[in-house]
This record gives sequence, C-alpha cells and structure tokens, in this order.
Amino acid sequence: MSDLNKHDGSGPGDSDDRVDRTPAVPEEPIANPGLHPHTWRPTDVDEKASRRAERQVATLFGLSAVCTVAFVISYFTLDIGTNWTTFGGLGASTLFLGVFLGLALMLIGIGIIQWARKLMADQEIVEMRHPARSSDADREATVAALTIGIEESGIGKHKLVRRSLLLSVGFLGLPAVVMLRDLGPLPKDVANAAEGTGLQHTLWGVKPGVRVVRDVVGTPIRASDLQIGDLVNAVPEGLFDLHGTELQAAKAKGAVIVVKLAPDEIKSQQGDQWDVGGVLCYSKICSHVGCPISLYERTTHHVLCPCHQSTFDLADSAKVVFGPAGRPLPQLALDVDDEGFLVAQHDFLEPVGPSYWERER
Amino acid sequence: MSIDTSKVADSNTTTPASAKAPSKAGAVATWADDRLGLGTSMKKQLRKVFPDHWSFMLGEIALWSFVVLLLSGVFLTLWFDPSMAEAEYQGSYDPLRGVEMSKAMISTVELSFDVRGGLLMRQMHHWAAHLFIASMLIHMMRVYFTGAYRKPRELNWVIGCLLILLGSLEGFTGYSLPDDLLSGTGVRAADGFLKATPVVGSYMSFFLFGGEFPGDAIIPRLYIIHVLLIPGLLLGLIAAHMLLLVYHKHTQWPGPGRTEENVVGYPMLPVYAAKAGGFFFIVFGTVALLGGLLSINPVWKFGPYDPTKVTAGSQPDWYMGWPDGLLRIIPGWESVIGGFTISWNVMLPILIVPPLMLVILIALPFIESWITKDDREHHLLERPRNRPTQTAVMVSLMTFYGLAWAAGGNDIIAIKLHLSINQITYFMRVMIFLGPLIAFIITRRWCISLQRHDEQTLLHGYETGIIMRSPEGGYSERHLPISNDAAFRITARDRDEVYAVGSKVDDNGVAAPGGKLDGLRAKLSTLMYADNVQKPTAAELEEAHHHAEHEHELTAALDGRVADGHQFDGHHAVEGETLRGDH
Repeated sequence: MSDLNKHDGSGPGDSDDRVDRTPAVPEEPIANPGLHPHTWRPTDVDEKASRRAERQVATLFGLSAVCTVAFVISYFTLDIGTNWTTFGGLGASTLFLGVFLGLALMLIGIGIIQWARKLMADQEIVEMRHPARSSDADREATVAALTIGIEESGIGKHKLVRRSLLLSVGFLGLPAVVMLRDLGPLPKDVANAAEGTGLQHTLWGVKPGVRVVRDVVGTPIRASDLQIGDLVNAVPEGLFDLHGTELQAAKAKGAVIVVKLAPDEIKSQQGDQWDVGGVLCYSKICSHVGCPISLYERTTHHVLCPCHQSTFDLADSAKVVFGPAGRPLPQLALDVDDEGFLVAQHDFLEPVGPSYWERER
Repeated sequence: MSIDTSKVADSNTTTPASAKAPSKAGAVATWADDRLGLGTSMKKQLRKVFPDHWSFMLGEIALWSFVVLLLSGVFLTLWFDPSMAEAEYQGSYDPLRGVEMSKAMISTVELSFDVRGGLLMRQMHHWAAHLFIASMLIHMMRVYFTGAYRKPRELNWVIGCLLILLGSLEGFTGYSLPDDLLSGTGVRAADGFLKATPVVGSYMSFFLFGGEFPGDAIIPRLYIIHVLLIPGLLLGLIAAHMLLLVYHKHTQWPGPGRTEENVVGYPMLPVYAAKAGGFFFIVFGTVALLGGLLSINPVWKFGPYDPTKVTAGSQPDWYMGWPDGLLRIIPGWESVIGGFTISWNVMLPILIVPPLMLVILIALPFIESWITKDDREHHLLERPRNRPTQTAVMVSLMTFYGLAWAAGGNDIIAIKLHLSINQITYFMRVMIFLGPLIAFIITRRWCISLQRHDEQTLLHGYETGIIMRSPEGGYSERHLPISNDAAFRITARDRDEVYAVGSKVDDNGVAAPGGKLDGLRAKLSTLMYADNVQKPTAAELEEAHHHAEHEHELTAALDGRVADGHQFDGHHAVEGETLRGDH
C-alpha cells in the first residue's frame, strides 16, 4: 500500500484533520491489490514514436488553421439569401460555414486530446480526500463566534426588536408583489361588450347581426351557397378593420367554423333554432387550451384539435367525443340578413377558449 | 520503482520539476500572486487529481454546450429584435415577402437569410440547447445509477435538478421568441395553462401577456427572461455545481489502489486541463457541424403566428414533450364547484404532476438516507446492479417519462404506424401507471440476477468455454478463476444492512425508542436490501476456492493438453497429430 501515498499530490496540511473511517465490516474477501505499477507508452520510451505523435498533433492543428481560412473564404465568396435550396435544402453559405467551423474546432480538440494521450505524462497520481466537514476545532470556534455575535447583538434578549424587524422585512415582500400589478390590466378592466374586448365578449356581440365573413378574404357567406359537408373558416365582419394587438386578440376569440349538415343529421344544438337550414356555427378555438380546431372529418362530422386531439361532434352540440377537452365548443347562433348573408344573432353566450376559474360567473 | 525510466522523454518525469532560473510562466505567476495572492489555493488546485471514466464526460457535454449557447446566443442578440410590432417582411425569402408579421419574426427570418452565418448560429444555438438538456438528463441518470449523489453530494444533486428545470424553461422561452406559428401555438397553450390555475388564473394570464392574449408584451418579456434572468441563474448554479465538485473531489470507481479515502487519476494541469479543454472544442465543433448540416426549427416554413392557424403535428421541443403527452392522455375532467371552474384536465398534467416529479427527483437522496440512516461519506461509485431497488426506481421514473413523452407524439405514432390515435391514447392511459410498475419489477430482478452472476463468477470462476469429458462420460464446462483485480472490483462494495424495528439497542441492551415511521422505514429497507445478493465473506470465498482446487486436481490429468478436435473432422491429414496435445 505504500504506492498509494507515494504520489500524493496534496500538501501536508491536507491530511491533518482526516479521521480514520475504515468501515468496520466483516473481513473483506479480497484485499485491495494496490495501485498497479506504471507502464510506459511507446511514446515515452521511443523517440521515433514520440516524434510521430508530435507530427500528428501538429498536422491536426495545421489542418484546423486551413479550415479556418476556408471558413473566412466561404464567408466572403458564397452567397447568402435566396439560395437556400442549394444542397439539400440548406444554403451553401450556411453549409460550408458550418462544416469548416466544425472541422476547425474539432481538429483543435482532437489535436489537444492526442497530445494529452500520447505526449503528456500519463502517470496516475494519488491525492488524499478530506471529509467535507470542517475540523472539530474549527467548528467549535465558529459556533463560539456565532454565539458571541448573536449574544452581543442582543437579538435574543430584545424580543421587540426582533419581532418588529421580522415584521418590517416581511412587509417588504408586499412592494415586490404589488410592483408587478401594472404588468397588465385586470380582466374586468378590459371587459367591454360594445367593443368585443375581455374574456366574455367577442366581436360577434358589438351589434346585433354581425355578418359572418370568410377568413383571410373577408367576403360574406350566403347560406344558400353552402353545400352539405362544406366547412368554412370564418371571422366576424369588421375584424379586418383592426390592426396589430387588437386584431390578434379579436381573432383569437372570434374565429369560427361554419358547417352545413343535412338537417336530419343534426342530433342537437346548443340553442333553439341556432342553425340556418342545417348551417351551424361553432367557435374555432378549442375549449381545452385554445388551439384553433382544424381537422374536419366530413363523414362523422367530427372536428379534431391537432394540438391535443380533443374531438368534438358538430352534429351533437359539439360535444367532446374524445380527448382532454372538458367542454363543448361554444355555438354561435346564426341567422340570415335581408340580403341572404349569414349573420350572428348575438354574441356567444359563454366565454370561448380555455377554461378559467371564474368563467361561470 | 524498479522500472527503468532512463529512456523516458524529458516531458515525462515523475517528479515535479525543481525550481531553476525563473521561467516566463513563473514571472507571470509572481506578478499575479503579488496582487491576488492565489498561490495558496493554486498550489493544490493546479495538480488536483481527477479520476478517469467515460461516464464522467456527460456533465462536461452539458457544461460545454452551455458555453456554446452563451457564445452563439450573444451573436443572435445582435440582430434579433424582440418586438411584437407588426410590419411587412421585405427580406430576401420570397414566399414571405409582403406578409405582415411581428418584428421578432422578421428579424429571425432576416437573421436566417440576410446575415451571413446567421442561420448557422441560429441552428447551432438550437442544437446546443437540445444537447444541453439531453446531456444534463443523461448526466443526472449516471449520477443516480452509480450512487454519486450520496453524502456529501446531496446538495449538488439538488442544484443539478434545478439546472434541469431552468434549462427546460430556458429552452421554452427561447424557442418561443421567433413568434412563428409553431412556437405561437405553444405560447397559446401556455396561456391556457395559466388560465387553468385556480383563483388567480385569468389574472396571471393578463399580467404575463400585458392584457388579453396575445397582446404585444409577451415576446419582449420572454426575451429578457431568456437572455438575462434564467441565464444568470444558470450561471450561478453552474458555478456552485462546479465549486462543490472541486471541493468534494470527484467520485471514482473502486479498483486497485482506489479507496474511499483517496482519489486516483490524472492531474488537472496538464492532463485534465488538456482533455477537458480539448473536449470543449470537440463539443463546439460537433454543434457547428450539426448547425451547418442539419436544419432545425425552419420558422420561415411555419410562417408568422396567427391565432386562427395551426399545423397538424404541432409539438413542443422534445424536452417539453412529456407534460404535453400527459396533457393529451388525460380524460376531459373539469368540475364546477360553487360556480368556479376547476380544470383538472390541465392542472393535473401541467401544474401538478411535473412539479411533483421534480420534487420526487430532488427528494430521492434524502429518502434513501432516511431509510439507510447511513451517515458515512461515499466517494466510491456503486455499480447499478449492486443497488437493485434504486436502479429500479430510476428506470421506473424513466419509463414514466418515456411513456409520457411518447404520448406527446401520439398523433405522429398514429400516422407513421397506421394506428388508431384513440387506441394509442387509451393504451397510454393504462400504461402510464402500469409501465413504471412493470419496469420497476423487471429492473430490480434483473439487477439481482446480475448480482448472482457476479457471485458465481467470484466463487467458481468464469466460464472458459472448454467442455471437459470425465472418464465416466459426463460433460462439464471448465471454470477458471478470474483475476485478482477483477475479483476485487466485484467485492469492492458495502454490505447492505436491512433495518429492523427495534434492532438498535443502547449500551444497556435496551431497545432504542422507535419513531412513528420506523415501521415504514423497516418495510422500505427490506424492499431495498433484503433480496440483494451480498458479497461472500473471506471464509466463503476461501471454501469455494478450496473446492475449485479439488476439482482441478481431479481434472489435472487433462491439464496442458489441447484438443479442440477439429483436426479429426475428416478434412485434414492427421499424421503426427495426437488427439491430446503433448505440450
């Protein structure tokens, strides 16, 4: 075991507070054979092998420099921009920059490790551990200092000081929370039925008879133009007059899907006479966590949310037939205006989108 | 040391060079020490010993990919504009030209197509993030499987768990920044998660988004969280993680000359510094190759976020996949109590189970030490098979994670394997409970049978593959003893002690008063240790060797005779060959 301590890399002070921690176990079946004698590598004893390793390392470093130069050349010569279909869907510039940068870095890394493995000393050395805890003497001194400090401060004696300090510091938590109040308005601050803002309102309720218009193009929809089985993505008229944040917020609540089913297929709907000759309108926003419902299966009249696969039966009040959603999609009551275009009778009667604590209130 | 070292190259001396004329390095060191006084601590640290094993590299991958993230991230911030103001894209990518989108999205696409090396850096940043989180997870498993979290390293385990949490959040805030359709869908879901919080849900959503979803505040807020808040926390925790590693000294595998009291390996300067430094370049280079060769997160193909649009197969980055999987397989439970809505279908999979999993993970070392009441320090690693229950616990957790993760891809699995998505979901609903249980039982028994195999090898030697025929005509396989080193490695482990209630008695022979939970502790201890195979005692080993020697004597007549028989298969001339070799 003398070998164990032979190459102790630690200073003498290291082992001072080491306690004997040899575990008291039944006799060990096999004694620790001790560290093996060091064996020399070819590069240690053969000058030629050593030179060869040196050349290998230098070659790797040299190649890395070549790659770095190639990187810079690629940067200035290769086009960026719309040439992104070159080389398997990647831009030539990106491709070559990545390859040369990668090689330049890796060659340095491989070179250094080759150097470490072949040329640096590979003698294993032994260092003694010390327990994570400090020595008993240090501990006692620290505890003593702590005790004196606490005593001298009088924090134990002066209860009033202690408690009032705790109270005042605890109170400082309040500003930290209160200061965040203006991160955003409260839900009730923005609730406005006339503008369709807030969690309970959408653009469908800003006036009676809001027209149902096609998404993107904004053209109104004539009930008679729809065939059985059609599904149209639609939004409230007036949505495209909005911009930026208002547009996105209104879209995120107002988007609907309009479907036409054969009247005898409709098992139920959420309100009396909310369809127009088999044309039904439901919120497009999933009642689970708010993804837009997108996949319609015509034969079963199911719509499926691609995010978490909640499935709703449009012929049966958009009830959940599968998946994690807890509620049906809210239905929008339809009517036709004088010109025969689809309009909403009134706003949704419940909030659209994900559930929240006070949504039933 | 009897070996002849006279031929050793100059650089390979076994003793430190003695002080000669002041070298350049010495002069610099003197200048620095005069001002910083680092000499005292450096005298030990420079030649600090690190043990060598491939699995110790996993945490290094995480460290270096974090460095790559910092470097590539700084580059990206020079062009990225975290603004939700809408503008028309006019860059060089044709299909999106003229489309209204947020400046965050515009600057991301411009960074990809109008800044040389921009796409490379974006892709490197994203790949490095994957690598960072993946290597942290695998490093965590390595630490658990080998028992490296035991005293005195429990706090470093806690820090590591927090790093995984923060790394995942950093990833989520990062990939949400481009404001593309895919990440916007993720942010939309996050809004749903917030709203599902009891009592304050809608308030939290309004505060985070600065009003109604989506508002114009979320990207700038996520940005500052992503580039300042979380990286700052990560840096601090990584520094603490490293400092504790240095202070505790690295764990090592048991082996000849390696004990609980020492650490055997290569010195920090030069070998470990070179290997670790070289490895940084290799990780960096690998990430650069990935970034250059493999497309990742092509936001220009997804287009800008639009709350009415979504793509099929929408999925978060993989490390966010497992809560998403739980969210997919939970039934649509929602209850209204006293007029208030409680969305169990969102709360359970997102707000309750993932934090609970983190708490379980953090608590593992503390639960174990409560059961074992083992107060010793442990610096020698354990083989996973020698800790069957702990190994089984981790495999069980991994199975839970893996199943939940697979459930997050139930749509992709359904499409690729032509299966019914409903059936996959029903299957997962059952397996998420059964799978971890089955994995636990199998892993535990597997470990124990590996222990039995170790014991066999130790007592009766390894199987040589030589079949012996006895004079009576019976066949048996010849076993030979394993090397002393190998035998030592197998036996270099603690004997497990099963705790029984009332087993502790004081000096007067009176049973120590038991706590309320002693019964539970005893049951868990039995589960943990009772079935394990303990290493043989010296006497048992002696007896087995004695037995083996006796057997060898019986077959000694055959020793030294090689007869593989193939010469006599009819295809060779056999003159001068004997069935039993002479040598």
